[in-house]
Amino acid sequence: MELLWLVPTLPLAGFALLFVSEGRLPDRVVAFVGAGSVGLAALVALLVGYQFLQSGQPSFALTLWTWMSVAGFDPSVTLYLDALSLVMVGVITGVGFLIHVYATGYMWKDHEEPAGYSRFFAYMNLFVFAMLMLVLGDNLLVLFLGWEGVGLCSYLLIGFYHRDAENGLAARKAFVVTRVGDTALALGLFLLVRELGTLEIQAALGQVGELSPGMATAICLLLLGGAVGKSAQLPLQTWLPDAMAGPTPVSALIHAATMVTAGVYLVARMRGLYLESDDALHVVAVVGLATLLISSFTALAQSDIKRILAYSTMSQIGYMFMALGVGAWSASIFHLMTHAFFKALLFLSAGSVILALHHEQDIFKMGGLRKKLPVPFFGMLIGSLALVALPGTSGFFSKDAILLTAEHEAGWLYWGGGLLAAGLTALYTTRMMVIVFWGEAKTEPHDRSHAGFSRPNMWLPLALLALLSVAGGWFGIGVLDDLLGGVRSFSHFSPLALATMAVPLAAVAVGVWVFGRRAAEGGFMRSSFGRGVARFFASGWGFDWLYDRVFVRPFVGLAQANKSDVVDLVYRITVAITRGIHHIGALVQTGRLRWYAVNTALGLIMVVWLVVVA
Amino acid sequence: MILGVVLLLLAAGLLAWAAERFAGANAPRWISLVAFGLGLAWAFGEWQGGVDANGLYAAQFFEWIPRFGINVVLELDGLSLLMVALTMFLGIVAVVSSWDEIEASRGFFQFNILWVMAGVVGVFTALDLFLFFFFWEVMLIPMYFLIAIWGHENKGYASMKFFLFTQISGLLMLLAILALVIFHQQSSGAITFNYRELLAADIPAPARSWLMLGFFVAFATKLPSVPFHTWLPDAHTQAPTAGSVILAGILLKTGAYGLIRFAVPLFPEASGEFAWWAMLLGVASILYGGVMAFSQSDFKRLVAYSSIAHMGFVLIGVYAFNEQGMQGAVMTMVAHGFSTAALFMMAGALQQRLHTREMSRMGGLWVRAPRMGVLTLFFVIASLGMPGLGNFVGEFLALLGAFKANVPLAVAATLGIVVAAVYGLWLMQRSFQGAPNPDVEAMRDFGAREMSVMVLMMVGLLWVGVYPQPLLELSAATIETLGVLP
Repeated sequence: MELLWLVPTLPLAGFALLFVSEGRLPDRVVAFVGAGSVGLAALVALLVGYQFLQSGQPSFALTLWTWMSVAGFDPSVTLYLDALSLVMVGVITGVGFLIHVYATGYMWKDHEEPAGYSRFFAYMNLFVFAMLMLVLGDNLLVLFLGWEGVGLCSYLLIGFYHRDAENGLAARKAFVVTRVGDTALALGLFLLVRELGTLEIQAALGQVGELSPGMATAICLLLLGGAVGKSAQLPLQTWLPDAMAGPTPVSALIHAATMVTAGVYLVARMRGLYLESDDALHVVAVVGLATLLISSFTALAQSDIKRILAYSTMSQIGYMFMALGVGAWSASIFHLMTHAFFKALLFLSAGSVILALHHEQDIFKMGGLRKKLPVPFFGMLIGSLALVALPGTSGFFSKDAILLTAEHEAGWLYWGGGLLAAGLTALYTTRMMVIVFWGEAKTEPHDRSHAGFSRPNMWLPLALLALLSVAGGWFGIGVLDDLLGGVRSFSHFSPLALATMAVPLAAVAVGVWVFGRRAAEGGFMRSSFGRGVARFFASGWGFDWLYDRVFVRPFVGLAQANKSDVVDLVYRITVAITRGIHHIGALVQTGRLRWYAVNTALGLIMVVWLVVVA
Repeated sequence: MILGVVLLLLAAGLLAWAAERFAGANAPRWISLVAFGLGLAWAFGEWQGGVDANGLYAAQFFEWIPRFGINVVLELDGLSLLMVALTMFLGIVAVVSSWDEIEASRGFFQFNILWVMAGVVGVFTALDLFLFFFFWEVMLIPMYFLIAIWGHENKGYASMKFFLFTQISGLLMLLAILALVIFHQQSSGAITFNYRELLAADIPAPARSWLMLGFFVAFATKLPSVPFHTWLPDAHTQAPTAGSVILAGILLKTGAYGLIRFAVPLFPEASGEFAWWAMLLGVASILYGGVMAFSQSDFKRLVAYSSIAHMGFVLIGVYAFNEQGMQGAVMTMVAHGFSTAALFMMAGALQQRLHTREMSRMGGLWVRAPRMGVLTLFFVIASLGMPGLGNFVGEFLALLGAFKANVPLAVAATLGIVVAAVYGLWLMQRSFQGAPNPDVEAMRDFGAREMSVMVLMMVGLLWVGVYPQPLLELSAATIETLGVLP
């Protein structure tokens, strides 16, 4: 288990090598370094995980060094392995490796600049390193290092095609919006240090009992602020759809499988703290449910395949937050894991479609691709089935666990809301599949050899992820229950469970009927009310519009108005007054002798008058 | 040895000036480089040599004007050592960054650089207030020349503004020093300018606030803090690259150093009463500097305003009156020295290549010069407070300290990290990202000379960011002896 330090170090070394070589390595070597470093990390993680499970210890900590030590504040760089971080490490290195392998094909000859391939994998490796630090750090400051690090890599990779200013805008938006959340998180850390004197997670959790209820709630909500930023939940969700500007493997790795679930991880990691505050847990659940519903409706009205998946990701993370809020801790992490499998599969398959269609992302310009692109089709099909929770797939087990626990712990409202969203999920997924793969063809794909999915490095990861998407749930809940604990058993055959199972299936049937026959194009959608609703949904419920007017425009307006610095006016006026006096004084300096003589005489008379008369 | 180092820099300055005449145009910059290299080696040697019984790395004492209790008291403790080492290092950076930028009177140029730095070393080590003020003035004149002679289009205005702000605020400090000495003489009977003796001076209540303000305004102008900051954007923008590197990298830190060494310990009660206002100015600097940076279209001016924002963290850290805040201030000084010096060097390199600082005439430069793009990205990321790099350690500790002192102000200051992201990434976007500007056909990327100092600064930031403990211990020794923290 002492090898644990190697897990984050290997991707870091990969990054360092690619960074120092400045893009001079041949692309084949870059692919080897980029994917290989993550693959090795996955192998080491497997070994360490095996040893960890064999040892039977509940946790394992490895202190590397003391980061800084100032007046009793001495955060150390310590890696901490327990069931939760083991699951996360498994997802990050395992799914991460598959996505890296896929990316070696996807990014091949894709780039316009000579060093682009190397730059891409450098960023990706740095991301994996930062993400591993986030989940392994036993200190909130180390977690914060990973937290900001993944945000940086997300920024770099969203804006990877940096010649297009649109991508730059999306990247900056992602960074700045999540930074708003990070500010809250930082304040939460300050408060924790002030109240408990430490940022060591385990030590802090051991003394949360000392916190007053109000203080516990305050800290929980501040941490939640960071979590909703990173995980694209209300009210900081607006950056994620735009983040789809990045290359598709980035969307799969960062904006579906790993980084966006960091918020879920944070809350789960700080479980002991959240258990001190029912109010905070309630907020977590409400945020999750609200995001879940809003983004499900939004996904229904998108036409860009990646944006559909992005809103879908938001809604699935909404499930996870809801699960955390109602106390379904293991179910939440379980859904995090299965979601990583099937959403990565969906994104990568969609990436193959996009690549085959000359970077076309509009679903209404696709159609009839079932036969022409069989590999991406099956990938998306399996991913979709898991997403809509077809009984037997991984998504089914995890979603069922969440909904049934929610019903038991928190009542009908959360169960009903979650089920409504499950129906919507089935509906938008069916819509996407039907429009992309059935119906008449609108864009002719590249031939097979060019389309990319014929290469093993691109279809093999899809196949493995498809396998995980189906089978990933079979053992998962049992193992996770043992590891994470706190899950009650429930039957998949109670009336409630059967209803939970039936709603998505019914929604699929409705979806096929509506979208298969193009029924959605008639009737309701023709009315102006229908179009208005669709526009409202398509815009993501107008959040961008609102934030633009409330925050962006006033800030930019203020900055522009004061470009020349109003404070300087004070000094400029002082200078102007001094100059004015100088000019008045200078008026007497005429250089004419008569003028001086008259003045001298007048002055003399005045002096005499003063002396004699006064 | 300390006086020897100051004299070394002064002598090297004279030599460099003369050398242009008899040893060619190349000689002055090599003389500078060697002098700063020796200085840096000396600083490292003193560090390795450890401290004496008084906790000092080096100390010197000569009588100067005994009649008025004025002596040459030079002492090198942890904080001084840290600052002197930074000074020497940035001296090297300054010389390298202006290597082939300067064409007129290169000898006199190097003379001025060396003399500024000699003054800076004096400021960081003098513990006699008269001597301190003397060195404070020594820094000023050569810096004025650097801007006024080798500056850009509006150099006359900028150099005069710089001179007047520093001189007038320095005058306030001089008055405060004299008043302090007189108060001390009235209570103790002895006339002295010695720092350690003046620490014990007993000053009546209303007067000590005014004296403290005299020091504070001088240092806050140098730092600079809102509302005394307006000289800085002009001075920075107009200065030649080496001038900007020195100004941002080290001259601003003399203000911060002055606060830590003089303003707070000499007037602990008055400073304590004033702390809330000082922190408020710090917060104002962070937010106002950040918004101003965002509104600029001139690369160099943007970086200049960002310096004001960063120095705001120093202000809130120092006046938080706890060790974490104070250490945060010191780490911010060091990290900002690296990150901003690098960004100014980049601004200079861009101006030399493109003959403009306007970002509207840049865009997409990454394609032309990927190395410069990566480096700019690195230092922008550092200066927006990425954990793992130096600025984060400083800003986090400063905010942590401030949070313990005053929650609302600390919350407002923390918002500054969002603003920093906004202007930092906007700088990156407009200069290096986006569609390549068709007016820029080719641009020479950085070569070995520029890369050497850039890599050193990157390593420096990583060091401060990942393992700042040795530096923290250096300054901790000083901070404990100041005797102002609970």
